[in-house]
Order: sequence, then C-alpha cells, then structure tokens
Amino acid sequence: MSNIPYPRPDALEALAAQLNARADLGITDVVVAHGEVTALATAGQLPALATWLRDEPGLMFKVLVDVCGVDWPERLRRFDVVYHFLSVRHNLRLRLKVETDEETPVPSLVAVYPTANWFEREAWDLYGIFFSDHPDLRRILTDYGFEGHPLRKDFPLTGYVELRYDDEQKRVVYEPVKLTQEFRRFDFLSPWEGAKYILPGDEKATGGKA
Amino acid sequence: MAEVDIKSYSLNFGPQHPAAHGVLRLVMELDGEMVERCDPHIGLLHRGTEKLIEHKTYMQAVPYFDRLDYVAPMNQEHAFCLAAEKLLGCAVPLRAQYIRVLFCEIGRILNHLMNTLAHGMDVGALTPILWGFEEREKLMGFYERVSGARLHAAYFRVGGVHQDLPAGLAEDIWAWTESFPKVLHDLETLLMGNRIFKQRNVDIGVVTADEALAWGFSGPMLRGSGVPWDLRKAQPYEVYDRLDFDVAVGKNGDCYDRFVLRFLEMDESVRLIRQCLNEMPQGPVMTADGKIAAPSRAEMKRSMEGLIHHFKLYTEGFHVPAGEVYAAVEAPKGEFAVYLVADGTNKPYRCKIRAPAFVHLQAMDFMTKGHMLADAPAILGSQDIVFGEVDR
Repeated sequence: MSNIPYPRPDALEALAAQLNARADLGITDVVVAHGEVTALATAGQLPALATWLRDEPGLMFKVLVDVCGVDWPERLRRFDVVYHFLSVRHNLRLRLKVETDEETPVPSLVAVYPTANWFEREAWDLYGIFFSDHPDLRRILTDYGFEGHPLRKDFPLTGYVELRYDDEQKRVVYEPVKLTQEFRRFDFLSPWEGAKYILPGDEKATGGKA
Repeated sequence: MAEVDIKSYSLNFGPQHPAAHGVLRLVMELDGEMVERCDPHIGLLHRGTEKLIEHKTYMQAVPYFDRLDYVAPMNQEHAFCLAAEKLLGCAVPLRAQYIRVLFCEIGRILNHLMNTLAHGMDVGALTPILWGFEEREKLMGFYERVSGARLHAAYFRVGGVHQDLPAGLAEDIWAWTESFPKVLHDLETLLMGNRIFKQRNVDIGVVTADEALAWGFSGPMLRGSGVPWDLRKAQPYEVYDRLDFDVAVGKNGDCYDRFVLRFLEMDESVRLIRQCLNEMPQGPVMTADGKIAAPSRAEMKRSMEGLIHHFKLYTEGFHVPAGEVYAAVEAPKGEFAVYLVADGTNKPYRCKIRAPAFVHLQAMDFMTKGHMLADAPAILGSQDIVFGEVDR
C-alpha cells in the first residue's frame, strides 16, 4: 500500500512545475485548484504527451481513469475532452484538458492506454467528438441506428424520437416524440440574485429607465 | 479420412441470459468451444442519467445515483456528495462522516454478497445465494430504517446525511455484526474449498498487474492482480484514516483470487462497521450552513426566516460556485467517481459518472480470449458487473 499521504500541496506544485516545463509537448497552461492539478494542452502531440506522462519515472501515470467530453456551445471550439490520470506509484492525480470542435479530430490514446477505447467511443457517441486512429469508433451507449449526439447542450432532454411496439406490424417502431404535457422547466433562479432577465414591473424600481 | 474444415462461428450471448447479469449482449466468435473474440454490446439500459442530472438541482440529482449500481446504492451517492462538498467548501459534521462510512461498508457487504454468491450460482452452486439473500434482506432492513427505502435511499445529502440514526438501529446493527461472521464462514466452507468451484475459477481469466493498470482496473479487480491499491487507504476520505482495517491483496490475478478477496473484504467491512458504531460521537448530522442545509422542521414551523429558507432550498436549491472537481470513492466494485463541472447556478453544468464496471467490462475481450465458452460466465461473474452503472 502506498504510504504517501494525499493530497500533498507541495507535490501538486512540483507536478505543476514539471508540466509547465514541457511546453514542447503542447502543454499551454497548468492550474492548481481544489487540491487538483489541471493541465491544458493542444491536441497535436497528445499521444506523445500521454506516453511521457505514463513512462516518466517521476510521474508514472499508468492508469487512465476517465475520458469524457464537456460541451460549451458558446465557445469557438466548443468541446473539452477531459482526461483523468492516476499515478499509483506516486499517489497523484492529473486532469488534462484538450479543446476541439465538431470537425477537428483528437488523436486517439488507444495505442498508449487500451482503456481509452470505450471512453473515446462514449465521447464520440454522446458528443460527436471525433478521435483519429481509433481502431473501432462505433456508438456504444445509444441505440443501434441512433442519430445525433445526446449530451450536446443543443440536444433536447426529451430527444426527437420515441419507441413503441406496434401490434399491427409486430415490431417496434420509432415515432417523433409526442408529449401529452409540455416538458416543464421551471426557472427557480432567484430574481433577487442571479437572474439575467427583466421581470414585468422591474422598470418601476429604476423609474422607467430599464 | 478427409480433413474437416471447422469454421469459426459467431454466437450471441444475451441480452436475455441468466448469467449475463442484466442486459448484456456479447457477440462472440468461437472456434469450436474456444472464444476467439468477444465484443460486448452495452447501452441496453442507457437512461441518460448524465443528461438528466444537468437538468436537475443538486439535491434532485442524488437519487439518480441510487439507480446506477443498485446493488450498493449509498456508495454512489457518496461520490456525488463529496464532489459537491468539495466545490462548496462545506465541512461535514463528524457524526455524519461516521454514519456515511457505516453505511458505505454495509453497502460493500450488500454488493459483495450479491456478487460472490451470484458468481457461485453462475458456475453451478445454487445454495449460497439463497443463504446470502437472507443477510441482504437484513441489511436492506437497516437501509429502510434509516432512509425509508430499501434500495433507492437518497440518504446521503450534500452537507451530511438526511436524518440521524433512529433509536435502536445502532444496537441492531451491532447485533447483526455478531451473527454475520458465522454465516460468512458457512458460505466460505460451501464455496472456497469446493472442488467444482475451484475447477471453474482457478487460473481462469488471469490478469497481470501491468495489464490491470493499463486497462484501468480498480477495486478488487486491481487488488486481485497483486496491486495494493485501495482509495480508502491511499487517498482517505471521511474518517477512513482514523479507522483500523486491512486491505486484502491477491496473488494470481485469476477469478478465484478476486472471489476470495471479496470475501476477505466483507470481514474487514464488519470490522469497520463495529469501529464506526463504537467511535461514533454525538452531534449534528448535517452541516449548519443555512444556505446548503434546510432548517429543522421545528424551526421551519416557528420562524419565517426558516420557512423561506426551507422553501428556497427545496425549489431553487443551493448554488454551487463555478469550478470543476473530481471526487472518487472506493465503491465495492472499484473506483467510482464523479467529475463535476459547476457554472455557479443551482444545476450541475456537467456531471460525468466514472463507473468501475464500465472499465472492467471493456477488458472482457482480452480476458476471455483463448478460454472456453463456459468460462465466460465465470469471468463475467468475477468482474462484478451491474448494468445500472455500465449503461448509466
């Protein structure tokens, strides 16, 4: 069992410094927050960067814990691909973020970490993030023949199609979603703090000046 | 005699197969009875949990975690609460931490009973699971007494736990820890030394330590391969660093080692439960921060301020400052983690659920390669798969 305490602020700073020194591998920025190290990188040399993270004796991030996408539609490059690494040897965690958009592929890490396979398939399925050199980039969680990428922010919660068994055709059929009641999305944000819109009557407070 | 050309053929295992532990479809390519390739098709239980959580407040998101790994529900809630608490910078009272550990260990026993004994059933031993379900019933009774629900507890809340233990529960759990080791020992004698059980499991699905790390294994799957890694020890959360327990580590990385390891973990869990019951202090079980935790019922009835807070917390919910965190717990199946991105509103912007079984199932192809078809259920059983969390 690793007897190294966790988390150690000095080790996080040391890790951040070590990462900052490798701008040649595409690391653009390193942030330490909430006791976690986050590195931002460009996609270009991702496999080389991952190999370095895995094999460098002072790092030994041998486990790729998680890969996922995050969607920021208002951004020019809307997707973040977020990798989480774990070093069992040094008891450290690292988060690596790469920006991309719908068209630009991100190099796949399957050759470096076999476990990236399904995670990348999942990110492709749910966000439509394309990974180049992936051996088998099929959908994974959604239905056979599903269209769209459901975790994108512009994909509605209710989806577009629903499925039922048709007794006449003796098979399941897809139909456009029909809701007997409109999906209810209440706005609970307090108008006193946080709300960005103007409620009727607000103009009275400012004397009709908006 | 003329040479016979045996063609390899494909076999569909599941999605409705009693040994598939839920809705798993394996497309296998067989050469005779040897598995050459195994392609798991998952997603048949996909409910879009992550999408739903983005549309709910933080409190409304908690029950979704019960429905992931429904065999050990509270362990999942724990990861989400830890993530939200990390962003809020909110301290959990000591008593609540002990209660959380207590119920996480109960969850571990719930999970391991189900898994080890269902594994036994997959390879032909029907009796143990029937004995095990009796114990699971008792444990779910404890769940019910503390939260009102046997499975979908929604008991861990951001900032603590929902209610204190009801009177008499601690004594009953203590009494159960006295009777359970006997049952555990009986189950051991039924399975561990059993000749058939060993024939089906020893040297099946061997994973080396390097392979286990490369494939991202965690929990008993990783320890079974001889890597001493347990988040409760290595990256302790709650009060695990105050408690005394051992971590079992396997040697051979085969199905049998993983099975034995889970049995040993149940022993340790009983030890932890007893320590929690002994050391648990009196005190509040929910943070005193009125912007996160709702006021008590009595206060709500008497104070206008309390009523407003209660109303706002149960409709709008609390706001979590913008930021991103990754919180992992040692769930019974391995590292269960939540990657939470908050944008400062009352709803999570992104909540990625890292499920251990998803990672383990991915390794099915290389673990079954070269094994007989009948070994596939044994390997699947030792991986401890629950589809609620694989498909999310």
